[in-house]
Parts: sequence; C-alpha cells; structure tokens
Amino acid sequence: MIPLHWWLIVAAALFCIGLYGVLSRKNAIGVLMGIELMLNAVNVNLVAFWRYITPQVLTGQIFAIFVITVAAAEAAVGLAIIIAAYRRRDTVIVDELDIMRW
Amino acid sequence: MEFFFNLVPLIPLLPLLAFAVIVLFTHRKNRLSSNIAIGGIALSTLISWGVVLATILGGEHVQVEGWQLPVPWLPTGTTVFSVGFAVDGFTAAMLFMVPFVCAMIFIYSQGYMNLGQPNQDPRYARFFAYISLFAAGMLGLVVADNLLLLFISWELMGLCSYLLIGFWSFRNRDTEQHIDEAQVKRARAAALKAFITTRIGDVLLFAGIALLYSYTGSLNFREIFRPETLEHLQEISLLGQPAVTVIALLAFGGAVGKSAQFPLHVWLPDAMEGPTPVSALIHAATMVAAGVYLVARTLPLFIAGFEVAHAPALQWVAVIGAITAFFGATIGLAQDDIKRVLAYSTISQLGYMMMGLGLGSLVAGIFHLLTHAFFKALLFLGSGSVIHGMEHGHHKVAHHSDHHAQDDFNANDMKVMGGLRHKMPRTFWPYMAGTLALVGIVPFAGFWSKDEILAEAFHLFQESGSLSLPFWVWLAGTLGAFITALYMGRQIALVFWGEPRHEAASHAHESPNSMTVPLMILAVFALIGGFANAPFLGSFLHHFMGEVHEASEVVHSAAVPFSLAVAGISTLAALLGLLSGWAIYRNYRAGQVEPFQRWLGPVFILLRNKYYVDELYHLVFIQPAVWLADQVFNFDNRWVVDPLVNLVGTIGRVASEITRVFDTVAVDSWMVEGTAKAFNGLGDALRHTQTGRVQNYLLVVSVTVLLLLGLYMAFL
Repeated sequence: MIPLHWWLIVAAALFCIGLYGVLSRKNAIGVLMGIELMLNAVNVNLVAFWRYITPQVLTGQIFAIFVITVAAAEAAVGLAIIIAAYRRRDTVIVDELDIMRW
Repeated sequence: MEFFFNLVPLIPLLPLLAFAVIVLFTHRKNRLSSNIAIGGIALSTLISWGVVLATILGGEHVQVEGWQLPVPWLPTGTTVFSVGFAVDGFTAAMLFMVPFVCAMIFIYSQGYMNLGQPNQDPRYARFFAYISLFAAGMLGLVVADNLLLLFISWELMGLCSYLLIGFWSFRNRDTEQHIDEAQVKRARAAALKAFITTRIGDVLLFAGIALLYSYTGSLNFREIFRPETLEHLQEISLLGQPAVTVIALLAFGGAVGKSAQFPLHVWLPDAMEGPTPVSALIHAATMVAAGVYLVARTLPLFIAGFEVAHAPALQWVAVIGAITAFFGATIGLAQDDIKRVLAYSTISQLGYMMMGLGLGSLVAGIFHLLTHAFFKALLFLGSGSVIHGMEHGHHKVAHHSDHHAQDDFNANDMKVMGGLRHKMPRTFWPYMAGTLALVGIVPFAGFWSKDEILAEAFHLFQESGSLSLPFWVWLAGTLGAFITALYMGRQIALVFWGEPRHEAASHAHESPNSMTVPLMILAVFALIGGFANAPFLGSFLHHFMGEVHEASEVVHSAAVPFSLAVAGISTLAALLGLLSGWAIYRNYRAGQVEPFQRWLGPVFILLRNKYYVDELYHLVFIQPAVWLADQVFNFDNRWVVDPLVNLVGTIGRVASEITRVFDTVAVDSWMVEGTAKAFNGLGDALRHTQTGRVQNYLLVVSVTVLLLLGLYMAFL
C-alpha cells in the first residue's frame, strides 16, 4: 500500500501549483482555476487522512464533499464577478482591476 | 381745602418731572422746553398756594401740629429710614414764596436767555432743565419732614448751583465764532469755588446729621424735637459740650456754607458769573435761603438745655450773623459791578436773617427771608434787565461805528452806565421799589422785617440791661442798615441818574415784556410783602408760624412790641444813607476818581479788594493744597508710583516674550506640528502597500505563512 506521505506530497505539489497559478496568472479565470486546484489539493489530503487514520468514520469523505460543493458555489460566484467586471471595464486582467488601490 | 395736602409731594416732583422731560425728550426744542419748565413750576405754585390757603383755613391745628405724610424708604436692619413730607405754618410760609419767586424768574429767563443767543442754542433747553432741578431741590427741602430728605435736596441744589454758575463755560465750539475764553475760565473757576466752598459746610452738616441719627435713631423733625429726645441729647457729653450743642453747631456749619456767611461767603460774589436769572434764583428763592431755613427748622437744637439768651450755639449764630451783616455791607460800598454790589448785599442781608434766628426769634429771621426773597429777586432781575439794555446798546454802537475791535466793554460795570431811568423806565420803577425795600423805607417790605430783627435785639438788650451780645448785634445791624442804604444810593445814582458815561448807555433800550412784567409783579410784593407781619395789622406771620417749635418746649416765641425808637433810628439811618449816597454819586462823571475813594483812601482799596479774604484763602488754603497736589502728582506720575508700575509692566512683557518664543518654537513647531508631520509621512509611506491588486495581498499572506512556518520549524 502506498504510504501516506506520498499522498501528502502529491497534495502539497498540487497546492503549490494552484498557489502559483493564483499568484502568477494575469487572467482572472486562470486565477479562479488556481483556486480550484488548491481546494482539490486539500480534498486529496482530507481523503488520504481519512483512509489512513480514521477509516471507521466517514468524516474525511463528507468533508471533501462539502468542499466540492462550496468550490462549485465559489466558482459560480467568481465567474459571475468576472463577467460583471468584464462588462464594466472591458477586461479580465487582474492587474487592471485595481480600483481598490490607494 | 384739605385735599391740597394730598398734592404736597407733587410740589417738588413737578419741577423734577419737568427736568426729566426736558433732558430726556425735548432738549432739542428750546421753546417747548422752556414752556415745560414754566408749566412745571407754575403748577407747583398753584398747588403750593392751595396748600398755603388750606393751612391758613386749617387754623392752629394745622399750623402748629402740621400735616404729615411719611414714606418708608430704606429699611436698614431693624430701623426704617422714612422720607416723608410735612406741612406746618413755617413750611406754608416758605411755600408761599419759593415756587412763586421761582416762577417769576423762570418767566423772566425765557426772555433773558433768548436775547443775543442763536435760536438753536442747545444750552437754552439745558438751562431750563437745570433751573427746574434747582427749584425741585429747594421745594423738596422745604416740604421734607426729616433731615435726610432735606440733605438730599440740599445736595441737589449744590449740584445745580455748580452747573448753573458755570453755565457760560459750556461752549459749542462748532457753532460759535467768538468765544470769550476768559469768561469760560472765570465761569469754571466760580462754579468750582461755589461747589467746594459749600462742600466744606456740607461735610459739617452731614457729620451733624450722622451724630444725630446715631444718638436718636431718627431724623424726623417731629421725633427729634420731642422734649424727651432733646433732654436725652443734652445729657450726652461730647467734646465737653452737650451733644445737642455740637450737633447744632455742625448744622450751622452747613448753613454758613450754603447761606454764604462769614467766613465761607467767598463763593457767592463769584457766583455772579452765572446767567443773571441764576443769580436771582440762588440769592432770592433757593440756595442761600436753604441755610437760613435749616437753622430755623432745627432751632430747638440750638436752644435746648439753655436760656435763649445764653445758648452758646445760638450766640454763635448771632455773632456770625452780625459780623456778616456788617462786613458784607461794607464791601458792597466799593464794588463797581452792578451784580456784585447786590451779591454783597445778599451776604449782608443773610447776616440779618441769621441775627434774627440767633436771637432766638424764628419769625424775625424767616420774615426777613421771605421779604428779602421778593425784593432781592426783583433787584437781580432788574440788574439783568439793565445789563441787557447795556449789551443791546453796545451791539447797536458796534454795528454803526466802523471800529469792530472788541474793546474791554463790561456791561456789568456801573461806571459806564448812567441816566438809564429815561431809557428803561419799566425797569427803573420796579428797581426803585426793590431798593426802597432793601434799604428799609416805610412802608416797603424790608422796613418791617429788618425792623423786627433790630427790635428783637434791642428788646433783649433792654431786658439784660448791659452792653452784652444783643446790644452789639443791634449796633452792627443798625450800622449795616446805614451802609446798605449808602451803597444802594450809590448804585441807583450811578445806574439811573446822571449822564450816560458810555455810548452803550446812551443807546440802551427797554427789555421785552417777559422780563419787565415779572419785575412789576415782584415790585408789588416788595411794596406790600411787609404787611404780612406788620405790627399794626396784628403780626399775622407770628400767629401763623410762630408756634411751630412749641412742641419742643424750648423755643418760645412772642411778638416783640413795635418800638418806635428802634424803627425811627433805623429809618433815619436808611434815609440818611440813601440820600447821601444818591447825592454824592448823582453827578459822577466818567474818568473821575470816586468820591468814596478820595475820602476813604486805603480803606476803600481794602473794601474794593473784599478785605483780601480771597487772597488770604488763596495763600493759606489753596496754594498749600495745590502744592501738595503737585507733590502727590509728582510722586504718583513722575517719581515713584508710575516708574514702579512701568517696571512691573516691563518685567511682565519680557517674561511673556520668552514664553512666547518657547511656545512658538518648542511647543508649536516641534511638538505639535512635528508629531503631525511624522504621522503624516508615515501614512504617506504606508499607503503605497495598498495596491488594490489581490495577487499582491495573497503573495504577502503566503510569504508570511511560509516565514512563520519556517520560524516554527526552526525554533521547535
């Protein structure tokens, strides 16, 4: 059986890739996709810990399902914001969406 | 008739109201203001005469007991000062004279003040306001039932005399082209002199009132003259004398100042600087009469505890009166100013009144006060009319001739008059009536009243049988009567007889009716006034007011029988004086040395300079006072006080300068503004972290988390 830390490494790598995407992508949709990757990295972790540490109760899996639900909602809201921003400012480049600056 | 007593408070209040109305509302309307003043005093006169009538009809009950209206005024602790009004026979006698003479003077003033003045002169209204206040003061004094209200009125008159004597010093420098600076200065000096001189007496009077109040707890006449109170006052010893005597002498001090008795007489002649109606007002109806009234009103205090003939306070009154009567008359001989002769005559006649009171006879003194008020008002108004005629003549001459130079023409100088009886007959005849009354020729008023004083003195002399005080008083009075006649003879001869000695006198003309009609009315009173107490008509005044002090049980008055010898001697002296004065000066020519001066030589010079009393006072009192004031001024302004004040001021200024620098530099710019600047800069620097880019924030968060993780790993 694959040891736990392999799963954790995969999840960490996935998280880092997501984080990198969030931080470096100029396109807001790309940023949103990075966020999805980070959430899914967490899901991997949750499921892995459930499988290896507490297989008797279903907490890890249930939690992962919640995260997926919330992620879906988040994606819907995020995309709606991006579309609204695009309609207003003709752009989805996050660097240009900086009206909250000093 | 009793109804009139309820109106008594209105007698002083109406002129007071007139004063207030003129000052507050109508002071821009000259004619209206003068009418208000005359209306006020005329109403007062009517009410007063109603009161007099009611008193006569009221019989002995009202005349002796009096009618009273106490008004509680000033509660102090457990006692209440009450300032009320009272009328008895004495008050009624005064009320007959005072408002009426005042009214005559007011009417006369309306004509007098208009002449030679521009119609818009604001002083015209002011003049009427002042004389109204003056009349209010005198009337208040007469109807007062206590010393407090009397003193208030007394001081009111003091103030008014100051304002009116100095009246010509109010000059409107915007509208008047020619201002006689010397006159302004003289008027100012005279006003001050009158105010300060009478003040000396007033302080004494006030001290007397304070003493009286502290001993008796009351200032009401009726209460302080009760036999018990007087006895109580006699038992207290003060400075080795019974307190009552000391109080009486203090009150007499006030009267000496107000009634211009020797040695405080100096203000009265100088008071001639005021407008002539004011002179008449001061000399006849108000001011100087107040002093005599005070002594008469407080007569029980002067006598209490002694026989009338030996009361020390009373003897002082008699002596001062006799000295003043004689001494004032002699100065009158040598004066050239028509009004100054009358002024010294007033001093002398006031001396007679004091003599009468000093002999213990209320009626004799007050009778002379009343008759004198009429004929002296007449003489003063007449002299004002003469002066006006002269000024008009002078104006006319100055207009017609080419020389416009302001020569040193003095319209008051009798030496430049002469022959005026033809030019001014309507002034001349009343003036003669006044002169005969003053001199004391039968049947004019002055004869009866002066004779009563002299008869009183002679009677007391006969009773005592020795050459004591009454004899000397009688002698001074009789000699004074002769000298009075002499200077009046000189005056009428210089003014009305002979040839005009100046162009102005030959061009003089009669004054308007508003001036001459009061003269005629007063002349009637100068003729018949004496019958009020003439012995052959039953001495009416004696019965009317003689007994007002009976309740005190110390003043007893009985009419002294008419003495043909005394009357004969004084009438002879008067006739002799009048005729010789007239005969000597009848043909006086301009530029001549005066006959009196030729005969009397240095004595005349002494008289002309008023015995050098003014100079003496100047040397003894005024110069030291001025010197002291100078020293105090230097001490205050030059040497000590001001430099000290300046030093303290400088120290304060320097200290505050230092504080100011510290405050601006250290506190303001370093601390307050420095703090603000630091935070401002910090904020400026920090706000750049707010980029608005979500990714930057997240980057910071990630790095921070990593750092914290790293720290966690490193230290755990």
